[in-house]
Amino acid sequence: MIDKRVGSPGEAVAGIGDGDTVMIGGFGEAGSPIELIHALIDHGAANLTVISNNSGSGEIGLAALIRAGQVAKIVCSFPRSTNSTVFPDLFNAGRIQLELVPQGTLAERIRAGGAGIPAFYTPTAAGTDLEAGKERREFDGRPCLLEHALVADWSLIKARTADSHGNLVYNKTARNFSPLMAMAGRTTVVQASAVVEPGCLDPEAVITPGIFVDHVVHVPNPEHESELVARGARYP
Amino acid sequence: MSPTAMGLTTRQMARRAAQDISDGSYVNLGIGLPELIALFIPDDREIVLHIENGLLGMGPSPEPGKGDPELINAGKKQVTTRPGASYFHQADSFAMIRGGHLDLSVLGALEVAANGDLANWSTGGEHAIPAVGGAMDLVSGVKAVYVISRHCTRDGTPKLVERCSYPLTGAGVVDRVYTDLAVIDITAKGFEVVELSPGVSFDHVAARTAAPLRDARPA
Repeated sequence: MIDKRVGSPGEAVAGIGDGDTVMIGGFGEAGSPIELIHALIDHGAANLTVISNNSGSGEIGLAALIRAGQVAKIVCSFPRSTNSTVFPDLFNAGRIQLELVPQGTLAERIRAGGAGIPAFYTPTAAGTDLEAGKERREFDGRPCLLEHALVADWSLIKARTADSHGNLVYNKTARNFSPLMAMAGRTTVVQASAVVEPGCLDPEAVITPGIFVDHVVHVPNPEHESELVARGARYP
Repeated sequence: MSPTAMGLTTRQMARRAAQDISDGSYVNLGIGLPELIALFIPDDREIVLHIENGLLGMGPSPEPGKGDPELINAGKKQVTTRPGASYFHQADSFAMIRGGHLDLSVLGALEVAANGDLANWSTGGEHAIPAVGGAMDLVSGVKAVYVISRHCTRDGTPKLVERCSYPLTGAGVVDRVYTDLAVIDITAKGFEVVELSPGVSFDHVAARTAAPLRDARPA
């Protein structure tokens, strides 16, 4: 019998260890798995490398994980937020490392990691400061850079609906990096607003097939980052 | 004379740029001033707006209280969808961008150089947090790249220059620039003025451009 459901966010992230690499879905607040991130703060794993498009808002979710000192390095395209100073303060104090990656390159490196492609060439960032240290090769006279795949020990993502096999459907622009991270995580944990029995999702409408998913946690009414930030919430 | 005494307002700039977007095109509008262009698309044209976080067919802002925090644009503001819209993940979104499927990208700028180099992601300042987002992907893959920007900074420094001093977003990528003073193409010969804003002289623009400027207006 296949049943990937686990009882709580805490149970789902309990295996995350010190020094692990963790992909965290979301573009801004859309798709950010806040309850899983908060469970990871409670769990306390340290010295993490986090791969995520942004560096969090306010003092909740990803920003709170960073503020808690659990993140040694972030791989990110846009680590700047109008309403959070958590990452900038630590970065300027030299207490967190940053690997800055153009957003499309970040997406493709994660996709490649999940698809078993070790590296690829892309024209993005050729001739810019982000070319530093990368192998350059011309294709049809066009300079391209060698980019390496990203994989992670864990991926934490959010979906609208999951079935107990881990098949997933997302909500609007909250999909963003999550289908790619589901593929690239050795263990992928999903928090879903609804969890249904196999057969309830139309196979034609499934976005992430369950083979990419290991644990499903039911979080019926997930918090929204902007609402938490608006009321000045902090975690813990 | 204050820099705003002559030339277009930002809304007029956006309206001017919108006139050049063809019916049926797929377009990505950058954060800030470029976003305003969406307000001025002529009624007789259907333009499909792409946002890099995963939507084709972006519509206007929702009515207060009617939005969804998980339906946002690249500037992280709530938006709506138009009939015919679709959602997709980031690898597909950047396949559209990098793969040359989008017709046009309109971006803001810190500096644009006469050879088409664009700087718009970092001032390189000591405590500036480097953040690039999708800008480098957009300029590397979209068929045409336009810039919309005031001609000079607030303190009057020209943004159109011989060579960019800020870190590049892309080399030789910009095709056209819309400013408050003029519409300027970038060709193998450098900056070419194709249109002046009402009441603005060629010499006025040339005096505020830190690179040679050719007059290529139709006779």
